[in-house]
Amino acid sequence: MEPINWHSFFFLLFGLVACGFALGVMLSSNIVRMAFYLVVSLAATSGLFFLAGADFVAAMQLMIYVGGTLVLLIFGVMLTAKGPFITMRTSAGEWILGAIVGGSLLVVLISAATNVSVWRTPLEQPAQAQVSATRLGMALLGARVDKLDDSDPAQRAGASGYLLPFEIVSVHLLVVLIGAAYLARPKKRIRGAADEVA
Amino acid sequence: MAEFLKGYLAPDWLAYLVAALVHAFLLVNLVAIGALIFIWLERKVSGRIQDRLGPTRVGGKFGWLQTLADGIKLVTKEDLMPEGADALLFRLAPYVSFCASYAGYLALPFAYGWLAARLNVAVFFIVAVLGLEVFGVILAGYASASKWSLFGAMREAAQVVSYEVPLGMCVVVPVLIAGTMDLTTIAQMQEGLFVNWFVFHDPFTFLTFWVYFTCATASVNRAPFDLAEAESELVAGFHTEYSGLRWSIFFMAEYGSMFAVSGLAALLFFGGWNGPLPLIHWLGLADATNPLAHYLGNFLGMVNFIGKCVFGVTFMMWVRWTLPRLRIDQVMTTCLKYCTPIAAVTFVGAVLWTYWIPGGLFLPSRYGQVREGQMLLEPYPSGVDDSLAAAATSTVRIAPAPQSR
Repeated sequence: MEPINWHSFFFLLFGLVACGFALGVMLSSNIVRMAFYLVVSLAATSGLFFLAGADFVAAMQLMIYVGGTLVLLIFGVMLTAKGPFITMRTSAGEWILGAIVGGSLLVVLISAATNVSVWRTPLEQPAQAQVSATRLGMALLGARVDKLDDSDPAQRAGASGYLLPFEIVSVHLLVVLIGAAYLARPKKRIRGAADEVA
Repeated sequence: MAEFLKGYLAPDWLAYLVAALVHAFLLVNLVAIGALIFIWLERKVSGRIQDRLGPTRVGGKFGWLQTLADGIKLVTKEDLMPEGADALLFRLAPYVSFCASYAGYLALPFAYGWLAARLNVAVFFIVAVLGLEVFGVILAGYASASKWSLFGAMREAAQVVSYEVPLGMCVVVPVLIAGTMDLTTIAQMQEGLFVNWFVFHDPFTFLTFWVYFTCATASVNRAPFDLAEAESELVAGFHTEYSGLRWSIFFMAEYGSMFAVSGLAALLFFGGWNGPLPLIHWLGLADATNPLAHYLGNFLGMVNFIGKCVFGVTFMMWVRWTLPRLRIDQVMTTCLKYCTPIAAVTFVGAVLWTYWIPGGLFLPSRYGQVREGQMLLEPYPSGVDDSLAAAATSTVRIAPAPQSR
């Protein structure tokens, strides 16, 4: 019997699930079903990340994208719906536009992927290294994790990592959060209305 | 395990398949039998709290076959579906819930090395996956085409999305003390006397545990936070329209995730498989060179761990039958005005504590040898630029990838 390479098997399985449900998102006209298909597709993508050994990215994918779709489902769909089961029709023009945008993106991605010469030949020794999340965290806090094994102590201390961009992004997010809370709060405090809101 | 099987089964791929199936089989049975036992326990506990006996007849003295009888009744029930329901989503929703709850077990270690997959980011993975359980609830609420179900699902969504914030902050505290997100390493670091457990590491972690437990109770949708199935107002909430086996799958998922969050609490705060006294070391069972002793030690550890989890679940039951259900605005207030600020303060407190007083409230009384992959709680040298990199190297070394270079 032919030996089964489980790695390829799961790669194909996850890939097929991701692509199949992505098609489902496109072809379905029921919004909640679309969101469900999207969740399955994204979860399969996270399975691909696990397969590649990138546990942190995979867990991130589960938490942010899959969890985020949940919020999208609730606030974007349910709170704006008028009828019980919402359907959405796409016109021919939208199909053509979507096909052009998606197709050109596909062409760019495929040409980019096939242009890397290393990826064309199969690796002799598949990399066994498992990147730990500790290194990612250290890098975010400014340590040069690629220089840790350097013999020269001055090199090891390294330059700044991504501390500044990290801080800028977090402050930016905080500003956005405060802004959202400010916009969402009732303009005038009316006694009856405030009680109703609470 | 796959390596062990490779010696016996000729093709490698078969060994991997068998190993995976054994793991999956054990875990599914753990969830299913756990649910059976916990439902019986819930009946007994609630009975005792309400001054009655609970089930007494089925299966002898304590009515311990009651759940099985319930199960047989549920299997024979008709599988109903409302006329206006979205058939596909209605049918799938219980499985989505169950899968999410079950996937959390993949990274949950029951003893040293006794886990399905040792992930570098196990804590994060479990929190992320358990957060997905709500998806099944929302799909169920939506697809039932019933007002009660939809109300229940919306409440659940609001509740879970808000409680993930303080829950995440609480989980970060032990991770920060341990310096890793690998649950195996976190549990190893709490080896020895019970004062080594992270819950006794400093006053802030002690407080964090209670906030964690509150948020975990809320995130697995248990009373007093079971707004999604408030039977006095919403008939039965999101599972109003469900009957028979599908309904019971929801409950299997609920009890499964109760066990999982209790397990996470046990690992993060209560030393995982390490008992209050280092009995395994005293009996000489921690010796990895002797396979039988090692196995026994691991078995004792697993008993320890499962005991802690069962205690956690029982605690949740106790809370459920003691406290009245909160209103939705009270649930939100508890989360946003109490849990989140307390979690933030304890987080900062724990950071400052580990910075100024490394090593915990009680001096670490470490027992036995430092195991592979274990890091001692040494104060990081401070001040010099070079020390950051030194700290980095010492931290990086605990990553379970010795073969990487």
